[in-house]
Amino acid sequence: MSTATSPVTEGPTQLPTPEPRSLGSAVSDYLARVRGGDVGSLPAVLGLVVLFIVFSILRPNTFTNAFNIANLVNQSAAVIVIAMGLVFVLLLGEIDLAAGWTAGTAAAMMGVVLTREGWAWPLAVVVCLLTGAAVGTLIGLLVARLGIPSFVVTLAAFLALQGVLLKTIGEGGTIAIRDETLLALNNNTMPVWLGWALFAVVVGVYALLSLRRAATRRAGGLQSESTAVVLAKVAVLAVLLGIVVAYLSRERSRNPLISSIKGVPEVVLLLVLLFVGLNFVLARTSFGRHVYAVGGNAEAARRAGINVNTIKLLCFIIGSTLAAVGGILLASRDNSISPTTGGAQTLLYAVGAAVIGGTSLFGGKGKILDAVLGGLVIGVIINGMGLLNQPTSVVYMVTGLVLLVAASVDALSRRRAMATGRV
Amino acid sequence: MTMPSTTAAPPERDVAPLLSLRAVNKSFGAVHVLQDVDFDVYPGQVTALVGDNGAGKSTLIKGIAGSQTFDNGDYVFEGAPVTVHSPKDANALGIEVVYQDLALCDNLDIVHNLFLGRELTKNGVLDEATMERRATETLAGLSVRTVRSIRQQVASLSGGQRQTVAIARSVLWNSKLVILDEPTAALGVAQTEQVLKLVRRLADRGLAVVLISHNLNDVFAVADHISVLYLGRTAAQVRSKDVTYNQVVELITGGRSGSLGLSAEQQPEDVAAEAADPVVTAGAGGPATETREETR
Ligand SMILES: Nc1ncnc2c1ncn2[C@@H]1O[C@H](COP(=O)(O)OP(=O)(O)O)[C@@H](O)[C@H]1O
Ligand SMILES: [Mg+2]
Repeated sequence: MSTATSPVTEGPTQLPTPEPRSLGSAVSDYLARVRGGDVGSLPAVLGLVVLFIVFSILRPNTFTNAFNIANLVNQSAAVIVIAMGLVFVLLLGEIDLAAGWTAGTAAAMMGVVLTREGWAWPLAVVVCLLTGAAVGTLIGLLVARLGIPSFVVTLAAFLALQGVLLKTIGEGGTIAIRDETLLALNNNTMPVWLGWALFAVVVGVYALLSLRRAATRRAGGLQSESTAVVLAKVAVLAVLLGIVVAYLSRERSRNPLISSIKGVPEVVLLLVLLFVGLNFVLARTSFGRHVYAVGGNAEAARRAGINVNTIKLLCFIIGSTLAAVGGILLASRDNSISPTTGGAQTLLYAVGAAVIGGTSLFGGKGKILDAVLGGLVIGVIINGMGLLNQPTSVVYMVTGLVLLVAASVDALSRRRAMATGRV
Repeated sequence: MTMPSTTAAPPERDVAPLLSLRAVNKSFGAVHVLQDVDFDVYPGQVTALVGDNGAGKSTLIKGIAGSQTFDNGDYVFEGAPVTVHSPKDANALGIEVVYQDLALCDNLDIVHNLFLGRELTKNGVLDEATMERRATETLAGLSVRTVRSIRQQVASLSGGQRQTVAIARSVLWNSKLVILDEPTAALGVAQTEQVLKLVRRLADRGLAVVLISHNLNDVFAVADHISVLYLGRTAAQVRSKDVTYNQVVELITGGRSGSLGLSAEQQPEDVAAEAADPVVTAGAGGPATETREETR
């Protein structure tokens, strides 16, 4: 829409340009938001810190070593990616119970064309993604066009895809992944210099975009963040990421002379690309804005001329396609695809990740960062409990408890937000 | 609240209507909801549309806004006959509707809501700075000074402020006609006052405003014209200064008040017959226009 003029204002009203926001007021604004119930990523970050401290104290040698931290990242990657897709679905106030089996089924299709047909990996990846997109299209059409609750549609898909996967692979069968590139994706590390280059690019681009945004706003006569606030944020990001990269760049091979292992896991590059791309889509495009609008008030969105059905369909397609990407990671990590790939706790961990990160099950609230933080929280629990030699039963119970805490934080902050008028 | 029409010459003498509906009809199956309805709206003036529940107000508005089309009748906008078959057609003419139940997204801020569905983009990226500046200008232009921050979520606004945002959204585009469906229904006294002032300001800025309201105090406070619908017919189109509160009440409840209103053969004794046979269309050749002549 290019012709937005306001007939009620005769010429542009001259308004005073507000002072740029200082560091102090930025901090106090944030604290006020948290007190008002808009806790954002705080619970997930605090949870992550607490879990890290607890496990570091209990298992100082095995938990907090570079080998395990790299392992943790690789372990969590698939759940994080599936959770990123679920954020789109959850933002609508819908659910996709089939995301785990979508991952498995799509990976199986990839495995079939790789091994039985001998296709090159890029083609096999395309087949995998198309499988995910097709599943998402089917679910999306049933939900958006026929108006069947997503809970029911995806429950049906949950069962059906499980069958498709079993049929494709065969009872007790597996499809081995032998392609070097695919195996490297969720197992290998990038060279140390590449890790630092990635670090520099991420921090540099973030700094540049933030400074440019502040400058644009200042030029437009709008409230902007002062350069000090921007630089403080950049510094915090640089320090946090820098510590992680430095840690992962240390030698972590038990026998460095035979084979050296150091550097950031390759999968981090994929996670960064997905994070930046999906974040852009949700926060900076009309489509993303419409996703929030549909999740917040579908009727209002419809009246505003937004095609609610199309938005829903696209979100389910995005969700299932990202689940397929998660399937690639699962296959890479396990070196194979079996009838249980994407099953067991995969879906529950992914939904849990999004919710623990701060995405609301009620729709309208959530972001891609939630999937990353929540996925790491779940990853740390599984990893740490494993190091404590806790049986699977205890891991399940603790994970369940953490999810319950996260859901309670969501519900409580919603109530607080209602009371203070921030939803 | 002062009424500018009290001093000026009768506006309809020198101002041509922006929108004129002539003999529009709308049926749902056998139910004849609108029967030969006439409706005029003038630029720079507030036209109140009143009538009892089920009189057909919402149906009339939906027809104007294009979300439901009239079965037949003339739709004249700026002097030319037009066809409005979708909300997009109406928007293109400059017609905006502010619905009764607020069409705002609680989880989005004021700027996002103002531009919802029509976001400004630059190279495919949301142009937040321009949207925020336009939003600020528009609210300032409407003398809205009660919101703390334009970036606060709509959920944190009071009922009156939310209504203000909904109204501001309708004037953000090149709108000429703004239709408000019960904008003060859920508001307290102070907030009603605030919204009515805003309604008056829209008209004073040259927009044509249609106000649907059940509250005749509100109607007499801001409206220049009053159109009464009675059982799907135009009972009267009058200037508000020419009628009394009680006359309007009688028009709403009985379709007639003294010399005003529907002619005798359409009146109460026929109501039962009409209800039994809704297809009966008494020759309502224009009681509204006649009415206006009588009241001069
Ligand atoms: N879609 C529809 N189908 C059948 N009848 C309808 C429909 N919409 C409205 N009506 C009927 O038309 C009459 C006028 O309704 P409406 O325009 O909503 O009145 P108002 O807004 O004045 O209260 C009512 O009797 C209502 O039942
Ligand atoms: Mg109505």
